[in-house]
Amino acid sequence: MPLTDIEIKNLEKKTHELRSLCVDTVVWAGSGHIGGSLSAMDILTILYYKYLNIDPSKPLWEDRDRFILSKGHIGVGFAPVLADKGYIDKEQLKEYNHTGSELGMHLDSNKVPGVDASTGSLGHGLPIAVGMALAARINNKDYKTYCLLGDGECDEGSVWEAAMSIAHYKITNLVTIVDRNRCMIDGPTENVMSLEPFAKKWEAFGFIVKEVDGHNFTELSEAIEYALAEDKAPVVIIANTIKGCGIDFMEDNYKWHYGGLNSEKIAQSKESLEKYYKKRVKGA
Amino acid sequence: MGGLTYTMLDTTNLSTAEMYGNVLCELGKEHPEIVGLSADLAKSTKIGLFAEKFPNRFFNTGIAEQNMFGIASGMAKCGLVPFVSTFAIFTSMRALDQVHTDICYQNLNVKMIATHAGLSFGQAGTTHHCTEDIAIMRSMANLKVIVPADGMETANAVVQAYETEGPVYIRINRGFDQKVYENTDYDFRIGKAHQLTDGNDLTIIACGSCVYQAIEATKILSSVDGIKARVLNMHTIKPIDREAVLKAVYETRRIITVEDHNVMGGLGSAVAEVIIESGKGCAFRKLGIPDTFSIIGLHEDLMAYYEIDTNGIVENVRKLIGLEFEEDEDWEDEV
Repeated sequence: MPLTDIEIKNLEKKTHELRSLCVDTVVWAGSGHIGGSLSAMDILTILYYKYLNIDPSKPLWEDRDRFILSKGHIGVGFAPVLADKGYIDKEQLKEYNHTGSELGMHLDSNKVPGVDASTGSLGHGLPIAVGMALAARINNKDYKTYCLLGDGECDEGSVWEAAMSIAHYKITNLVTIVDRNRCMIDGPTENVMSLEPFAKKWEAFGFIVKEVDGHNFTELSEAIEYALAEDKAPVVIIANTIKGCGIDFMEDNYKWHYGGLNSEKIAQSKESLEKYYKKRVKGA
Repeated sequence: MGGLTYTMLDTTNLSTAEMYGNVLCELGKEHPEIVGLSADLAKSTKIGLFAEKFPNRFFNTGIAEQNMFGIASGMAKCGLVPFVSTFAIFTSMRALDQVHTDICYQNLNVKMIATHAGLSFGQAGTTHHCTEDIAIMRSMANLKVIVPADGMETANAVVQAYETEGPVYIRINRGFDQKVYENTDYDFRIGKAHQLTDGNDLTIIACGSCVYQAIEATKILSSVDGIKARVLNMHTIKPIDREAVLKAVYETRRIITVEDHNVMGGLGSAVAEVIIESGKGCAFRKLGIPDTFSIIGLHEDLMAYYEIDTNGIVENVRKLIGLEFEEDEDWEDEV
């Protein structure tokens, strides 16, 4: 089912709120992985507000859909989503990264309800998701597993080990999404370690590739619907995104992989996010 | 789980790993949540016996250990109990990042039965010797580390690993181990050393294939030297049986540890930590592979080369018995 205009409007509003809350969280934390949080925010929003079959009052409900944030470093983007959904108190975000806080830079399933696996060491998420998807098969469960990878982490061999096994075991109850923001810590992905031809690599591993604009809810929705319906081959959604999306001075700049904001930059960020929201809503 | 019925007869026919494979099949019949994983070593590690019986509950990841342990983590998070088997060197090193973060940190119910440990795959060459895993694995919080002495003990360890919540690492050898136990009916408990011989002249604390050698050594020491040595089978390296070590310090004042592992960080180090914390004087020696990459050869030849066989133990005990050390008889004031 295509998204309705009202759904799109609500998602736009929600992703804008979450971007803003992400900036606040970075400020409370002192610093954080803001660039990759903002590139992934629309993906997180559509998953948490449209697709994931979850119940925040029962974080360990065994029939829930699973979500593995393989790019685990974007805790400052993920925690606002979990807080907004009600897994944690929004007030808790103010203690982000503080000594003794439950919320660290990489969110931890031992400490934070709603986090399905402790990730952050890159290249771990997809194998864990494979295990969860196979467990659904063994346990006769209908839940889906979603895994969000960063493109930089696709340098890790374990990602391709997992990809190989997904195709081999014909795992079609797993939706793999790559946040293709083309930046990693040390520079643009193609300078640090070439990924292209990225789509063809996934195809060669047996995947159907859906390449979309990762900031367009209609395109994201169509790709997710396609992946959920496909039962012959696994699907990977390559979501082309912009690092730091929504904040003009951060956009497409790998140097904003991680950073802190002074008062001037906070004001500039908020102002930029407002402009970006208005532009998107107008466009939609 | 009912009692295991394996006897000495089975171990003359079954390698240590085959004992494991058979016991896992028995467990698998009763417990549908058990799944098996291997990385192209199903046959070598004998988890293939489980794969034949339960093909829908077995997953071969190909030669991809990182993926395998990640998958095991995801499965355990969904209530399954994965038994994962590959060589010890690949469990403790190749996939250590996943073992650390995905399994041990998250305290998941994954059982790692790692084979071809120590020098047991001696002729395969140094790249396949695994003499660091005990040191590595015992530094993983939440993880229990077990080194069975033979096939019988492996059978018991596998069953108790299943019955124990949380991650467990069981280190076994390639091929046949010399038999220490006649059947599975003895008091095996994870975390409790098993005393095999009596004696108050010194204590030999051994694990794995060195336990048999230690027992043989006590026979020579007793008949030739008149030395009565106590043998403790320290099958569980973590949690270590502190009580048994302290009792040995108190009652024998001389301890020698023997392991098919680097002398750094393994059984000897674990025992030494307990002794040092006791504050009591004790003559002490660690036998094992020195800080070196081991030479190629048959397991039994290598054990002799590194003095962890019967003769090596006997010679080292003789040296230790003559060693001077400051002994404090007033045990109660310090412990």
